[in-house]
Amino acid sequence: MKKVITTVILIFISFILQSTVFRAIAIQGIVPNLLIILTACTGFMQGERYGVFTGFFCGLLMDIFFFDIIGFYALLYMYLGYMNGLFHNIFYPDDIKLPLIMITVSDLLYSLVVYMLLFLLRSRFDFGYYFLNIILPELVYTIFVAVIFYPLLLLISDLFRRAEKRKEE
Amino acid sequence: MSPLVKRKKERFKLPVKYWILILSAVCVLLMCLTFMTDFKFNTANFIVGYTVVPFQNGLSKVGGYLTDKAELLAQIKDLLAENEALQQQVDELTIENTALMQDKYELNTLRELYALDQQYSDYDKVGARIIMGGSNNWFDTFVINKGSNDGIEPDMNIMAGSGLVGRVVETGPNWAQVVSIIDDTSNVSATVLSTSDNLIVSGDLSTMENGYIRFSQLVDEDDQVVVGDKVVTSDISDRYQPGILIGYISYIEEDSNNLTKSGYITPAVDFEHLSEVLVITELKQTID
Repeated sequence: MKKVITTVILIFISFILQSTVFRAIAIQGIVPNLLIILTACTGFMQGERYGVFTGFFCGLLMDIFFFDIIGFYALLYMYLGYMNGLFHNIFYPDDIKLPLIMITVSDLLYSLVVYMLLFLLRSRFDFGYYFLNIILPELVYTIFVAVIFYPLLLLISDLFRRAEKRKEE
Repeated sequence: MSPLVKRKKERFKLPVKYWILILSAVCVLLMCLTFMTDFKFNTANFIVGYTVVPFQNGLSKVGGYLTDKAELLAQIKDLLAENEALQQQVDELTIENTALMQDKYELNTLRELYALDQQYSDYDKVGARIIMGGSNNWFDTFVINKGSNDGIEPDMNIMAGSGLVGRVVETGPNWAQVVSIIDDTSNVSATVLSTSDNLIVSGDLSTMENGYIRFSQLVDEDDQVVVGDKVVTSDISDRYQPGILIGYISYIEEDSNNLTKSGYITPAVDFEHLSEVLVITELKQTID
């Protein structure tokens, strides 16, 4: 139960940070995607169940505040959460390579899906421009922020793992 | 652990696959509902209005406070106040100037049919603060701290200074979502003030980097529209009040069809540094 509440609080904090504070630290109008970091990390740290729900609610918040079709981002983030959850079994906290690769892949997939469904279908064909000016900067910035945020999320998940272990003993 | 040791029976949990299936179905249903009908997800709007928005309000106030302090360090307070007053005056004068120019052109071309008693300086406006936005790099939408409790309704127009910012698309009790005119999906029907030619102004992510938005479908056979002409919202738009300044034409070229022209417009509003906006609390009169 505590884990659920913590996850909910994390979702809220991430969303609020992303939509207020991160706007102030945006470089050339590009903000890092904290919600992707949270969804991906929750996925491979806590398993697919948590990944799916975290993704769903992150996306739902985005839908409600920033998009006119409700359900689009919810669906996208949910699948990303599930995808990351599949790697729960091969995730080792000490190794930062897998998390960074997973976050990179998630953000790239997210951007590509958004471009394809919301831009390409409205005949915005200049993929090169969007890749160089939106997708790539966002990716780099997201990874940079992930390096800072990942240890924090790891700390929280560590606390829960230890608590669970104590309970079993 | 030996298999003989009986573990505490676990609570039944629905497998993740089924959850994904259920949630996917919910998402698709919601998408269909919001896309095809006028369905508004009011419960969710209400819930987030009282959970997320207060934090955002507080945080953006802190942000505003910090920015103010930083500015104080850089500039003397009096200068700031004076600057603000002058800026306000500039805005007012720009509005007045637009209105006067409009009057002039109206008189020159004897177009009294337009009934220009509806100049936008007369519109009822309320101020609102932007509390969040830009959490997505693809779209230019933001959220303001006034909602249906303050009488804000979808399709109300948003201004800042002397220019058009966008329109409200969705409201919660204490927040409203605004799509700006530089958003990639936004289209505004507009008029060139000097010649009364209509055109379509569309936001574009790829040109906004250089500070432009696109316009198209300008019919101007006599080549009268020139760079620097003012572009205002047109009378025929069904969502925007007429006569609000959008920007100035900065580039113009003939389309390959030789009938219409297109090009770029420099918006009158500085979208990079928006923090307070004005909501016009009148809706465009439409025939249902």
